[in-house]
Amino acid sequence: MAHATSPAAFGRPRRVIPGLGLSFTITTGTLAVLVLLPLAAMVAMSLSKGVPAFVAALADRRVLAAFRVTIVSALAAAIISAIFGLLLAWVLTRYRFPGRRFIDAAVDLPFALPTAVAGIALTALYAPNGWIGALLVPLGISVAFTPLGIGVALVFVGLPFVVRAVQPILEDLPADEEEAARLLGATRMQIFLRVIMPACAPALVTGFTMAFARGLGEYGSVIFIAGNKPMLSEIVPLLIVIQLDQYNYTGAAAIGTAMLLVSFAMLMVINRLQAWAAAR
Amino acid sequence: MTARGRDGALARRMLIGLAVVVAGIVLGMPLAIVLVEAFARGPAAYLAALADQDTLDAIRLTVLVALCSVTVTTVFGVAAAWCIARFDFRGRSLLLTVIDLPFSVSPVIAGLVQVLLFGRRGWLGPFLETYDIRIVFALPGIVLATVFVTLPFVARELIPLMQEQGAEEEEAALSLGASGWQTFWRVTLPNIRFALLTGVLLANARAMGEFGAVSVVSGHIRGATNTMPLQVEILFNDYQIEAAFAVASVLALLALVTLGLKLALERHQSGTHANEERPT
Repeated sequence: MAHATSPAAFGRPRRVIPGLGLSFTITTGTLAVLVLLPLAAMVAMSLSKGVPAFVAALADRRVLAAFRVTIVSALAAAIISAIFGLLLAWVLTRYRFPGRRFIDAAVDLPFALPTAVAGIALTALYAPNGWIGALLVPLGISVAFTPLGIGVALVFVGLPFVVRAVQPILEDLPADEEEAARLLGATRMQIFLRVIMPACAPALVTGFTMAFARGLGEYGSVIFIAGNKPMLSEIVPLLIVIQLDQYNYTGAAAIGTAMLLVSFAMLMVINRLQAWAAAR
Repeated sequence: MTARGRDGALARRMLIGLAVVVAGIVLGMPLAIVLVEAFARGPAAYLAALADQDTLDAIRLTVLVALCSVTVTTVFGVAAAWCIARFDFRGRSLLLTVIDLPFSVSPVIAGLVQVLLFGRRGWLGPFLETYDIRIVFALPGIVLATVFVTLPFVARELIPLMQEQGAEEEEAALSLGASGWQTFWRVTLPNIRFALLTGVLLANARAMGEFGAVSVVSGHIRGATNTMPLQVEILFNDYQIEAAFAVASVLALLALVTLGLKLALERHQSGTHANEERPT
């Protein structure tokens, strides 16, 4: 297994396996032309009218409000996804009950269901006359066309990240530690907090961060249910679309660049967390 | 049974019940409402909605876009997996990070960069106008945006598998005199075929369902640059709710078929692995 990646293979005068040149060229060429250069062009475009213009494009009240709405709802949705995800992962790995495999398969649904389909489905569900929305009207809660709706859409999108991150950890968790704790007289709550939580915390945090990162950039499932009221329920990706419709390329590029910076920060956090989890 | 055992059974039942309710509300209901709304006016209206000329054009375009972009994603994925799993070189882990980059970028940005490069006021806009080449608001832009978001799918499936499999079989084939391409077609490809299929399947689902990236570059020209998810949006915003859900139900079916096939492939894959590991 380690053969191809061992240092010995690196220093060999003649490689046994051919095709490094071709595969490396295809890989880096495709990435450069289709991903990196376009992103670099966006950053360049955002700065094309100077740094003050870049800052001014972002310091706009409506843009700042959109960033606040996006970050707060993505954060709240990631927290709820983490709670629901941990519950689902726990029940799916620990208990055997009818329909378990069905629910296990259904967890991947948000990965496969097109976001626009999720968007109109959630809107129909949570509209005041929808299946769930109608139940919430007497309670004075409106979900569709408010920031709450954004949260609902992002929970749908974020849930599988948490379940799929935590599930393998719970499956591999040795039962003898729990058994030992139980024999030593620990309560179920103590076992959960002292034995199980520490073991799956890194995976839970990774899943949470991935759900959060995905929520920051999510567009399709959100715009139908959000109502898109400026300053109140308008998300950052929608602002990019609005700027483009007004042919304000530099403004759109500035917002895109800011989003990209946030994404990079998230990516670094995920990498750190994974390194931290691997070291444990 | 002691009091504690009964208590445990109760907690177990409550957790399972809670998980079923969460899965039902978050995952089950959105899928159910798509089907209910699509058939709200009966099968005849459903079929009529799908037989609409604009919808048929959208289906045709969606298939065409998926065909083009999945081809690129597949060639890229195989090349990326070959050079990352079979060779060690400086910058290998950086390359891995860049391959994953499109996953952490908002789909709207994937569309935005195409407009900034190829749009009328983009970097290459004047050049393209001189030669009357249309990329944005036309098929090439939609394909480029879709490739951007689907690029990591095949590579992601292949890299861990090929790293795990190691290069022994390929080295054996090469030392017996097989050429590089013979080794690839006869040894590597059969070994990775299930993971490759899974990757293609997931890339295809994402390509057909992509909304944010395509929405930015498409221009929403009916019958010309509308993909199925965009057609869902247009119908929904036109208050043609049943028609919107009819098209959405086709995409939901695609998602379900994708998940079903993915499960079957995974089971098949673990099955063959188990067979190989069994001593004969």
